[in-house]
Amino acid sequence: MKSEIRTIAMTVNGEQVSVDVEVRALLSDVLRHDLRLTGTHVGCEHGVCGACTILVDGESARSCLILAVQADGSTIETVESLGSVSSLSALQEAFRENHGLQCGFCTSGILMSLCAAERHGEDLEETLGEVLGGHICRCTGYQNIRAAIEAHWAKSVTQ
Amino acid sequence: MKPPVFEYRDPRSLDEALGLLNEYGDDSSILAGGQSLIPLLNLRLARPDYVIDINKVPGLDTIEVLPGCVRVGALTRIRRLERDPKIRAVAPALSDAFQNIAHPQIRSRTTIGGNISHADPSSELPGVLAAYDGRVQLTSSSGSRWVSWSDFFVTVFTTTRESNELLTAVEFPTDQNFSYEFEEIARRPGDYPLAGVCAGISLDGSQVRAARLSAIAIADRPIRMTAAESALVGVDISNAAVRQAASQAAAAEINPMDDEHGSAAFRRGLVSTLVKRTLDRLAGVPS
Repeated sequence: MKSEIRTIAMTVNGEQVSVDVEVRALLSDVLRHDLRLTGTHVGCEHGVCGACTILVDGESARSCLILAVQADGSTIETVESLGSVSSLSALQEAFRENHGLQCGFCTSGILMSLCAAERHGEDLEETLGEVLGGHICRCTGYQNIRAAIEAHWAKSVTQ
Repeated sequence: MKPPVFEYRDPRSLDEALGLLNEYGDDSSILAGGQSLIPLLNLRLARPDYVIDINKVPGLDTIEVLPGCVRVGALTRIRRLERDPKIRAVAPALSDAFQNIAHPQIRSRTTIGGNISHADPSSELPGVLAAYDGRVQLTSSSGSRWVSWSDFFVTVFTTTRESNELLTAVEFPTDQNFSYEFEEIARRPGDYPLAGVCAGISLDGSQVRAARLSAIAIADRPIRMTAAESALVGVDISNAAVRQAASQAAAAEINPMDDEHGSAAFRRGLVSTLVKRTLDRLAGVPS
């Protein structure tokens, strides 16, 4: 049995895109393979690790737990919507300054969760606990990620 | 780690969704928030012929705070529910329980109907529903019926929902004489709990008129701890010894199993501690 193909339309990082997807395709795979947005990383593929976290209509969500066909009509934001190598976003700069990443595999998902937290006005404690708690990092021991969040929240986030 | 091939249906009305369930029944899986179904698909533990995505069915994402109950449409996301000030005002323990479900990144998608109909014995909301004496609405092409929590949950991942029925709403009675507390213990915040307790008491002064105590993650479905409830009726909740006695009664009446996460004795201890903590808070005493 072959999988049905549907054409979906999404706004991805501010751009209108239309893409043909298998109905069983995961949003994470469509972002990476079809749209070549490989900043979204795929770790566990069952919602535990948080590496694939993106924003769907402004809320952080696991892109491995959403069928691409479900994202039809949605606004998607990935790590590529943040700064560039030559011009990091304030949050990315805080991660760089505080050595908030080592291998970087988990980083893009964490950054997107933090974007949602910042926009929703989450306080520092909520962000360090609940929000970061949705991500697994096997390099840093979290201390430097917490330092980066603390620095960014102190500098840029209105309490 | 990719979903198997299935046929996808995305009905645009409740009637259309119920018609599809009539037609495909046991060969289909209902996709709501997807936070349990999609992992099962990715792991190939579920291989439905049809996936019926109900996200485009209008009218199922309602929050109603009515006299006597909070009624929530099945498609309402937990992230929205946990932020709802009207729910927190009338059922704060319910709001606390919402915030114990997985992580914010999951709760943004998780729906109340999906969470409850998945019937995971470790899941928070079935236990809260049990303590509140709540019920669920099941709807098929031939009509709707309300089913109490105790007639709904059968065993692990199994409910009395017929294959042609859709869980359409959940109702938490908010008897204003009752105050509730919810607490769980997990290895890390956001993990499935090793045990969780929801405690509700109705007081006349400091005398307990009625008590409702439920526990999760210790049996194949959420349970009420009726011996501990009985032990509380008529006693003075401000007396630490009676709260201690109720926590011991709870530990004695439950029948947890040993598993890879902990022994039965360990879980008994957790439930006892949680009953003590929730009752302490209901008595206004810091644990």
